[in-house]
Amino acid sequence: MPGQEKHRRRHGWRDLDTAGTSCIPVDFTAVLAGNANVGKSVTVNQLTGLDLATGNWPGKTVECAGGILLHNGYRIRIIDLPGIYSFSTYSAEETISREYILNNRPDVVVNIVDASALERNLFFTLQLAELNVPLIVVVNQIDLAAEKGIFIDTEKLAGMLGVPVIPTIAIHGKGISALSDAIVATAQNRTLPRLIPYGKEVESRIGDLAGILEKDPATGPPRWTAIRLLERDPDLTRKVAVRMPEAAAAASRCAMELEKLHGEPAGIVMSAERYHAAERIARSVMEIRPVTTGDISVSDRIDRLALHPVAGYALIILTIGGLLIWTFVIGAGISEYLTTLLSSVAPTSPFVAGSFAEILISGAWTGLVAALTLIIPYVLPFYFFLSAIEDSGYLTRISMMLDRGMHRLGLHGKAIIPLILGFGCTVPACLSCRILESGKQKLLAAFLVSLIPCSARTIVILSLVASFVNIWWALALYAFDVLLVIVLGRIAFKAIPGESVGLIMEMPEYHFPSGTTVLAQTWSRTKSLIWIVLPAYVIGGIAISGAYSAGLLDPINAALSPITVTLLGLPAVTGVVFVFGIVRKEITILTLASLFGTTVFSSVLSPVQLIVFALVAMLYTPCISTIFTLLKELGWRKAAAITATETALAVTIGAVASRLLSLIL
Amino acid sequence: MASEQLEEYLEAIYDIGERDGTAKTSSIAKCLNVAPASVTEALRNLSEKGYVNYEPYRGATLTGLGKEMAVRIKRRHRLLEVFLRDVLKIEDDHVHDEACRMEHTLSDETECALCKMLKAPSRCPHGSLIQPCNREVDDCTGCFTGEQEPSEMRDEPLVSVSDLMEGQGGRIAFIRGDKKVVQRLSDLGLTVKTAISLVRKAPLEGPVEIAVRRTKLAIDRAIADNIFVSQAAEKA
Repeated sequence: MPGQEKHRRRHGWRDLDTAGTSCIPVDFTAVLAGNANVGKSVTVNQLTGLDLATGNWPGKTVECAGGILLHNGYRIRIIDLPGIYSFSTYSAEETISREYILNNRPDVVVNIVDASALERNLFFTLQLAELNVPLIVVVNQIDLAAEKGIFIDTEKLAGMLGVPVIPTIAIHGKGISALSDAIVATAQNRTLPRLIPYGKEVESRIGDLAGILEKDPATGPPRWTAIRLLERDPDLTRKVAVRMPEAAAAASRCAMELEKLHGEPAGIVMSAERYHAAERIARSVMEIRPVTTGDISVSDRIDRLALHPVAGYALIILTIGGLLIWTFVIGAGISEYLTTLLSSVAPTSPFVAGSFAEILISGAWTGLVAALTLIIPYVLPFYFFLSAIEDSGYLTRISMMLDRGMHRLGLHGKAIIPLILGFGCTVPACLSCRILESGKQKLLAAFLVSLIPCSARTIVILSLVASFVNIWWALALYAFDVLLVIVLGRIAFKAIPGESVGLIMEMPEYHFPSGTTVLAQTWSRTKSLIWIVLPAYVIGGIAISGAYSAGLLDPINAALSPITVTLLGLPAVTGVVFVFGIVRKEITILTLASLFGTTVFSSVLSPVQLIVFALVAMLYTPCISTIFTLLKELGWRKAAAITATETALAVTIGAVASRLLSLIL
Repeated sequence: MASEQLEEYLEAIYDIGERDGTAKTSSIAKCLNVAPASVTEALRNLSEKGYVNYEPYRGATLTGLGKEMAVRIKRRHRLLEVFLRDVLKIEDDHVHDEACRMEHTLSDETECALCKMLKAPSRCPHGSLIQPCNREVDDCTGCFTGEQEPSEMRDEPLVSVSDLMEGQGGRIAFIRGDKKVVQRLSDLGLTVKTAISLVRKAPLEGPVEIAVRRTKLAIDRAIADNIFVSQAAEKA
């Protein structure tokens, strides 16, 4: 039997949905699961090396997306699941993580827990144990816990849970080699966790149900399915009702009995049972010693400032404003240097004469240069500093301070993270909307994020309006955009059906940002951008050059002239520019320069035209990379709706602005 | 003294007491639009019945009994306001006066039915917190599913987490609202009987930060409104 196991695993039988052809064959798969803020990403990085760390989202390609750990001659794929607190509520992250473990049956599940908050973390450990998969528990950040006077007897914990327990300080790499050993050992001997019994009245019903469920292995691990049915998990109940109606009926009856007994929904009874067990375990393995150092922690002192009604908001404006200004000051410098450097390799103008092949190659090169000069100078530094702010713990305070304001947009404080990310690049910002709980909030946030002036749009505003009209009009455009986000947010909040969920967020203590974590986070965000943006730019560049050489530009201009000339009061050639701009917004500058044969735009466009052009470029259809991302995240209907709405909006606002501005400028 | 008048006095003393600590005769007179002399007389009367502690020239505070009664009337008043605005679509300006007239005649049964129909609202149209009912239950499920058996009455006062002062705490006694919120909170360790304390409140009615099971959580004020703690154990 074990031989057969191995054989099947080698041949990728695991799950047809996720077994991609490009997967590197591995000996084992290990999945890392745990609460947010427990040092999961750091552990992944320590295990696999920095460059293999991935965004913490298991999508369809998750099987192949993980990093690889090489240990004692074994290749182990390490997959990072999103940070979640429980399997029982209904957020997408929780469902996906649960389904992933159930369907893919990884060889080992590594549960990372925070030594300082053992009780709360053990709640999730108990849920993982219910799944009856080979388990390792990693007690991380034991140094921070020790500072608070908390000491954990990991051997005793291992005894109680019946699984290996490894103490670590992941950030310093302590305990990582022991963890690697444990992963290999557990993957081989497949140690299952000990059954941790809950209260008698609950346990007897679980036992009865599991007895019935055992007859049909397709219903999943019997104990786990029994518990989920007792908790009235709607999806699973439906599935089981089809295969074994008698089990579903028995479960419903048992749940009802429990509810009668406790006067609470069975799901809540189960949560309380798990916490009860977690409390008991935590108490017996934890030793608390008095702490000698000062009482009021540094965190508390910083919070007095960060959450102050006046100073707190001032600090937020300073932080976000400073982040943006700093990015664009250093970004402009690096961008200029990089463009000069790359221009010396080959001309970066998209228009060339010559053979068809030459034009295509030039198009691809232009796209590549465009992507590099955006990502390296602007997006990388922006994400680097943002990740540092995030890792320090300050971002959660910003969320807390702005929660009330976000309510007006149907969002809550956590949505501030995608919105701030959006100032860098829309793509990772859209991806990060996954942290929101309800579908409505995800859609709202993605819609608003696609309107936030990203670095590409900022470049358009800066190089057209700030350079050739004045800085105040540029700032006015920026302010108008932010205002528009608020107004549209209000409207969309009312128009989109669905519920908005209130904020519940863990508040980590402040700490000095760790270099590894910040680099890993920056890389993870930038990487999502490279995978999507770089190909889109190159393909887009080729398409544009191809269209140009095929003589499609004039017909495009003519077709769009009712919009560009009649409505917006712009020259007809801008039609093509806007089409190019779909690939990336600031390619419009380059195209304008090529078409007009000058970079002194004030000589060819009036101030009103400059402002209207920048305004429309800022608002009309999201760039192609964003459309792809929206497609992937929300489906084509919603992606199309967002694109159409924003294009119509841009034309309307542009037409109005063109007429109003002519009166004053 | 008619019961309606008595209740009006208790409400006034409760409101003024919340604001100033002690309710002065003049403040009560102004609030109820009566002559100070009649207030003095009424306060003596209330004091004899054991509803208020009255000190001439200083003012009145509610006794435990008086407070219990005032809180119950306030709950009815605010529930009625929500009903008048949300269901009957009465104009905002009128709901307070209407509710004032209706609150004294509401029976326990109607109060309960009203709360159930309005899905246990947390705040009145003017933004004041609605107290939970005093049935000894952990959450609203029993009422919502209609399986609620008559339960015992709670004898300890409950305080909403939103109303705690910084550093204050208690044990969770009741979580109001629908199952989903209660489940989300229990998964994060906010189960009934768990000790929690308020760390800090964000400005502008923002979220509250609480400490629970050695971690800190920021929770939307609207969710915190519905978490009620009993402070009895803390004091003991």
